Amino acid sequence: MSTTMGPDARGEFVGADGQSFGGRFMPEALIAELDELTRVWEEAMADPAFTGEFERMLREYAGVPSMLYEAARFSEIAGARILLKREDLNHTGAHKIRNVLGQALLAKRMGKTRLIAETGAGQHGVATATAAAYLGLECVVYMGKVDTERQALNVARMNLLGAEVVAVDSGSMTLKDAINEAIRDWVASVEHTAYCFGTAAGPHPFPAMVRDFCRGIGDEARAQVLELTGRLPDIVTACVGGGSNAIGMFTAFLGDADVRIVGFEAGGDGVETPRHAATIHAGEVGVLHGARTFVLQDADGQTVESHSISAGLDYPGVGPQHAFLAHSGRADYQPVTDTEAMDALAVLARSEGIICAIESAHALAGTLRLAAENPGCTILVNLSGRGDKDMGTAIEWFGLGSPDGAAP
Amino acid sequence: MTAFGTEHAFAKTRAEGRAALVGYLPAGFPDVAGSIEAMTVMVEAGCDIIEVGLPYSDPVMDGPTIQAAAQQALEGGVRTSDVLRTVEAVAATGAPTLIMTYWNPVDRYGVRRFAADLANAGGAGLITPDLIPDSGADWITAADEHGLDKVFLVAPSSTDARLAMTTAHCRGFVYATAVMGVTGARASTSDLAGPLVARAKLTTDLPIGVGLGVSNGAQAAEVAAYADAVIVGSAFVRALLDNPDRAAGLEALRVLTEDLAAGVRGTR
Repeated sequence: MSTTMGPDARGEFVGADGQSFGGRFMPEALIAELDELTRVWEEAMADPAFTGEFERMLREYAGVPSMLYEAARFSEIAGARILLKREDLNHTGAHKIRNVLGQALLAKRMGKTRLIAETGAGQHGVATATAAAYLGLECVVYMGKVDTERQALNVARMNLLGAEVVAVDSGSMTLKDAINEAIRDWVASVEHTAYCFGTAAGPHPFPAMVRDFCRGIGDEARAQVLELTGRLPDIVTACVGGGSNAIGMFTAFLGDADVRIVGFEAGGDGVETPRHAATIHAGEVGVLHGARTFVLQDADGQTVESHSISAGLDYPGVGPQHAFLAHSGRADYQPVTDTEAMDALAVLARSEGIICAIESAHALAGTLRLAAENPGCTILVNLSGRGDKDMGTAIEWFGLGSPDGAAP
Repeated sequence: MTAFGTEHAFAKTRAEGRAALVGYLPAGFPDVAGSIEAMTVMVEAGCDIIEVGLPYSDPVMDGPTIQAAAQQALEGGVRTSDVLRTVEAVAATGAPTLIMTYWNPVDRYGVRRFAADLANAGGAGLITPDLIPDSGADWITAADEHGLDKVFLVAPSSTDARLAMTTAHCRGFVYATAVMGVTGARASTSDLAGPLVARAKLTTDLPIGVGLGVSNGAQAAEVAAYADAVIVGSAFVRALLDNPDRAAGLEALRVLTEDLAAGVRGTR
């Protein structure tokens, strides 16, 4: 399934200079399960009964394939031809439904009865709770205590969907600590529990498995762009936190040498400040959550807290294949600040009537930058999620919500 | 093998016909000097081997007790260099002293440099809860160069093939995790540990230590009946957390160590 793009049998993406990314840095207690998961996943992806069921679920339940939309008014502002892959229109409002349906279906195939997940803003938690309800699985979602307070609405959604939400009060009480707690649960529950990991990071096989469940984004978009324009786009863009939407978009284009691939990381207050989540741009190679990748860390290898206005990008690590693609030069990764992202969010809302997620707004802001550098080119953007969940942030940022409120 | 290797401790406990008592505390908890003092008390009161924990921001194998101690140590500003200094001080008591560490701090320090500095500090080796031999080629090379112990973990879920591979890469002893779960005291000892030790012993002549969940002398005696070492961590941390007064904390540690030491000697 994934032999041409890696990883190798050890789960490593190895650069021409021997630098390895990915692999497995995990407790021995989980290795047998990771081996079994790898085996079942590889078998399932070669089984038409599994892939057919996955495609049926995506089509009938999730609203996939999502459409490709030519953003004419936004294009005018950008000075380039901008095509949006509308993952924001999927069920639960983002690309993440693809990953969770794949992993939940795999969990059923392995005879698991319980799903656990970590979540930052709550989007992956809501998607996992949705898949669990849809497939009749028990569901527990770990969420940093700080995030449960910031995202009370998503906690309520998960509860309504029948999931238990556990507020994690260790460490920095955010996404990375939620992952730690989910791993701790999994070590003790692995016999009947599947860990539905939320992004293309973590130990092998998660980076490759999540990529393959999300790669429909790029496969569909590539065909849609060819049909619409008769040729491939000049540039493909996406936002990158852990990187599931980005790797899902990029994979179809990795072999197209003429297509430039650019990911946009959360620059927070700016990469010159300590408050950002630009892991590839400003991190260093290390080990976090089971994989070798770029990590925001101090001189002693302690993880440094990240910051982004977008909870979905607020992670001090990044998927190992992105680290590999950056290292090899095939893809290019640039930071986008909170301000740039929020400006782009407003531009899209005003020009197209689409309120996107703040995560996706990072891709749009970066796209505006690329368009200015390459006027007239065609840029395919993954609009990975919708912005309903971000209205609280938008109200605060723009000062919205009162009748005489300021316009952005 | 250095003079500080665990080999000598196990030769002694085998000659005495008993299991070794291995005690864990994180460096820098409650502070660097306090942790050295505490581990010295543990040696005096009967620990045969000391594990110095290297506090890490993302300890996925640790339960709430050790997490709390590690976090307190990090908030107190403990550095990797302090951990090595702690090893030096504890090893000077004569007890073999290992570091238990998640992998990223060692990776960041530089594996070869870490091995050299650990050996210079008189450290016996490393216990690596999130480094499996499959991913540990650099460490294996560096440890071999300096004659350091390589203590990898085996678990009840380890297949026979993985058990054989893992124990073949160990030096010093093998760390058997008694339960499927994280560190922390448990009310009863695990029924998974005995069979795991038996399976591990089919693959190696190295001593097998059992950790996770032991918190008193009675449990230590139970585990000592089938294991070569009883490894205790959270219970020592708990003794200090429950007794913030320094003198009271050290006294609690002494009492607990003596109880555990009697447990491994069957004289309790």
